[in-house]
Amino acid sequence: MSNLVNDRAPSPLSAPLKAAGTLDGLRCLFRRDLTLALRRRSDTVAALVFFIIVVSLFPLGVGPEPALLRSMAPGVVWVAALLASMLSLGRLFADDFQDGTLEQLLLSATPLPLLVAAKIAAHWLCSGLLLAFLSPLLALQFDLTPSAAGVLLLSLLLGTPLLSLIGAIGAALTVGVRGAGVLLSLLVLPLYVPVLIFGAGAVDAHNAGLGVTAHFSLLGAMLLLAAFLAPLAAAVALRISVE
Amino acid sequence: MSPSGVPMSTGLELRQLECVRGRRSLFKGLDLQVPPGRLLRLQGANGAGKTSLLRILCGLLAPAHGEVLWRGQRIGTLREEFGKELIYLGHAAALKDDLSALENLQATSVLGGRAVGAAQAAAALGEAGLRGRERAPARVLSQGQRKRVALARLVLGGDAPLWVLDEPFNALDVTATAWLVGLIAAQVGRGGIVVLTSHQSVVFNDALPQVALQL
Repeated sequence: MSNLVNDRAPSPLSAPLKAAGTLDGLRCLFRRDLTLALRRRSDTVAALVFFIIVVSLFPLGVGPEPALLRSMAPGVVWVAALLASMLSLGRLFADDFQDGTLEQLLLSATPLPLLVAAKIAAHWLCSGLLLAFLSPLLALQFDLTPSAAGVLLLSLLLGTPLLSLIGAIGAALTVGVRGAGVLLSLLVLPLYVPVLIFGAGAVDAHNAGLGVTAHFSLLGAMLLLAAFLAPLAAAVALRISVE
Repeated sequence: MSPSGVPMSTGLELRQLECVRGRRSLFKGLDLQVPPGRLLRLQGANGAGKTSLLRILCGLLAPAHGEVLWRGQRIGTLREEFGKELIYLGHAAALKDDLSALENLQATSVLGGRAVGAAQAAAALGEAGLRGRERAPARVLSQGQRKRVALARLVLGGDAPLWVLDEPFNALDVTATAWLVGLIAAQVGRGGIVVLTSHQSVVFNDALPQVALQL
């Protein structure tokens, strides 16, 4: 540092900086969040283990009645997935708020709703997606047929991104609030109800021999709507919370 | 880094700013024009509203009354455009503990609108006195070193015409303080505006065009 003036000549700093576009900012934040999740795997693993344990408690508690288990499987797996994805939701923005990076996101050259969308996508990859892929294994405990387990997997693949999207609005609203965890579940769980109904309903419909297209179309429609609106709403909520 | 920076028609302008925290009005009717190439030092006791004013300048906090203009336009309407021209360093160093100094610097720079290669980021960290510590996770860095990682952004941000720095000299040793003073002087010389708060009586060259604002 002392001979700062002398060693400047061949420095890479003299090269002009390129402007980073909107996509660069998006990609950078997405990659950063995934890297962070990889380096601190305990959060992700904890949510997965929670999911496995909650789902496994039901067959143990209810007893080995295949017909009963089969009929309650979709609801149990869905409720457990819902709670497990809530676990990591509280830290979606809270960590960034604590260490000051959230302020930098608000002042970024990339529009905030896009950054929020990147964070939600990363959150889903580390929670919802993994939960969905675990679900066919857990369905074995409930004696679900392979095709019903397939429908369960698909319904979770469509539904868990919705959980992350809706949850992000609640997480943004409760940033910096004391006792945010409880408040977050009170805010978000009622909003999860439609997702739960159509998600679990798809498997029930399949078991009853009815088509699943209606349920999947509704889930898909909700997903599209939330994918557009939730990042905008969460961005506004963040600006309010950070003040 | 372009030596002259972007052409700056007018600088920063505060109009009738009022800030209310809790029920207390911290300041009121604050009018100020800061032309390009000026250092603005905010002074005042604890709780006078220095940090609040800095956050209002960046658009993080909405003033109770009044507006902030950047080049004649309200910062609320500029938003991302303003984000490209502004570098704000707050109280917290804004570092992720699990990322290395290098990764942290690259991420914040890209988010600020500057694509920074690993070589450039490493060179900037070297200038900030962190040569050899680039790969260390931010978790193991000392308070002063974390501050230096945050400040390394300024080395790469010479083309940003507005720097807003909240207590940038905190936790810095003598050499780093001198380095930062030089960095700020160079930025003001380039025609940039630097707004900062500082408790320490850091000595800037008297020739440096500066404005002091007592809150």
